[in-house]
Amino acid sequence: MSSGASGSIYGALLRRQLTLALRRPVQLLNPALFFAIVIVLFPLGLGPAPDTLSMFAGGILWIVALLANMLGAETLFQGDYDDGSLDQLLIAEQPLYFLVMPYLLVQWLLSGVLLALLSPLFALMLGLPEQGIVVLMASLALGCGVMSVLGAIGAALTVGLRRGGILIALLVTPFYMPVLIFGAGAVNAAVDGLAFAPYLAILGAMFSLALALGPVAISAALRISADS
Amino acid sequence: MYFDSVAAALVMDGHGPYVWSAYGITLTVIALLVLLPIVSKRRLLRELRGEHRRNRQSESRSSVELS
Amino acid sequence: MWTFFHKLGSPPWLYGIAGSILRWLLPIAVVALSVGVVWGLLYTSPDFRQGNSYRIIYIHVPASVVALAGYYVMAIAGAVSLIWKMKMADIAMLAAAPVGAALTFVALLTGSIWGKPTWGTWWVWDARITSMLILLFLYLGVMALYEAYDNKAAAARACAILALVGTVNIPIIYKSVDWWYSLHQPASIKFTGESTIDPSMLYPLLLCIVSFYLLFTCVLLANMRVEILRRERKTGWVRRLVGES
Repeated sequence: MSSGASGSIYGALLRRQLTLALRRPVQLLNPALFFAIVIVLFPLGLGPAPDTLSMFAGGILWIVALLANMLGAETLFQGDYDDGSLDQLLIAEQPLYFLVMPYLLVQWLLSGVLLALLSPLFALMLGLPEQGIVVLMASLALGCGVMSVLGAIGAALTVGLRRGGILIALLVTPFYMPVLIFGAGAVNAAVDGLAFAPYLAILGAMFSLALALGPVAISAALRISADS
Repeated sequence: MYFDSVAAALVMDGHGPYVWSAYGITLTVIALLVLLPIVSKRRLLRELRGEHRRNRQSESRSSVELS
Repeated sequence: MWTFFHKLGSPPWLYGIAGSILRWLLPIAVVALSVGVVWGLLYTSPDFRQGNSYRIIYIHVPASVVALAGYYVMAIAGAVSLIWKMKMADIAMLAAAPVGAALTFVALLTGSIWGKPTWGTWWVWDARITSMLILLFLYLGVMALYEAYDNKAAAARACAILALVGTVNIPIIYKSVDWWYSLHQPASIKFTGESTIDPSMLYPLLLCIVSFYLLFTCVLLANMRVEILRRERKTGWVRRLVGES
């Protein structure tokens, strides 16, 4: 097995995941659409007063991003489980630990980075003070990476189940909480003019830890789901 | 005992209802935790004993038919 | 050492030994708890700031401590069952989950009852309460995942993975919740440093903590015995056991 050939399988997986996602542009934009719709709920529920909204904007944007990420996690392995290509992945000679990386990367690009790029629009609608916007984007980009890995663990555990939808939310939400705390904390610190870099550093540390340990759990969970 | 009377222990300077309800709920949950496996084990044993008896009866009946 | 380990994997041996442990451990646990509770409730002087409502800590603190320890018991049993494919370990893991969840619930409820006279409100989003609530969700997640699988062998392995992921995450969750709510009380029992709680209050509390641990062990063993019987119902030793009784 030459390194070039094993390198190409990861590239091929990456291309495949991206093609599959880009083939359905509407589905690709679904998380963003969900994000927009839920944002509308907050002025309706909390009242349209700009002061209140801009005070809570950082937290609101982060909570909605968390929910959007959770909804996106559910289908991560579903298609491959249904058409059997997941089994191909499991018997491949490359370690499953690395084979799930393309999935995570694409999930992160399409849910996290895309949402981070779109978030300034919604931030302006909620009246988030301007100094918070860049930090919001950075914290969402990092935090969604952590959440994509954690969501993938939940997705891998429930992929064989018919009624995985609400279960996955119950399983992964507790693990999302630290990310929410530091993500929203970073935005609020930036808005208040405090140091926000430590928060982003902690989010980055969480991302590294999740990327290092997450695939172990994901691959073990995928093997169990494939067996059952 | 710290309290002068049973009534004083029940009232606890106004905190009695809180303290006693907390203890009541906790001890109820503990009692349930302890009793639940006992009850379910007894039920399971009864079920298994019934199965065992039926098996033996069907065995003896088939041996009667054979003889 | 290894023969002991192999014996642990044998259902009839474990069933028997758990039964004989229970026979003397359960009475000890019940007596210890009764002594601890009566001592704490009636024979200690009230806290000078909180008054009598502080007596709730004699059940609240043990429940919280054992609830958290129960998660680690569950996760360690899960790891053993994943690594050595030991069936008895996943029975232990599944027996621990409902007990831990019940104790977490008790800790939350007693904490909230204690909060009413002390803070004037039933619920405060304080660091420890929030962490406890998250712990409850972690327990319920494991139980829900087990229920969702039809194939129970796969369910046990999936739960073991989830419990292990939870073990890695619990310190992170606790630290971040602590940080989020930095105005919490300092931990009042420290075994290493000088304790800030009066000895006359500490001894009944320690007794209660020990008795909660003993009770947890008893209920864990009792739950395991039931589950062993249920899984081994078709085997010879269970039939013999049933036939004798």
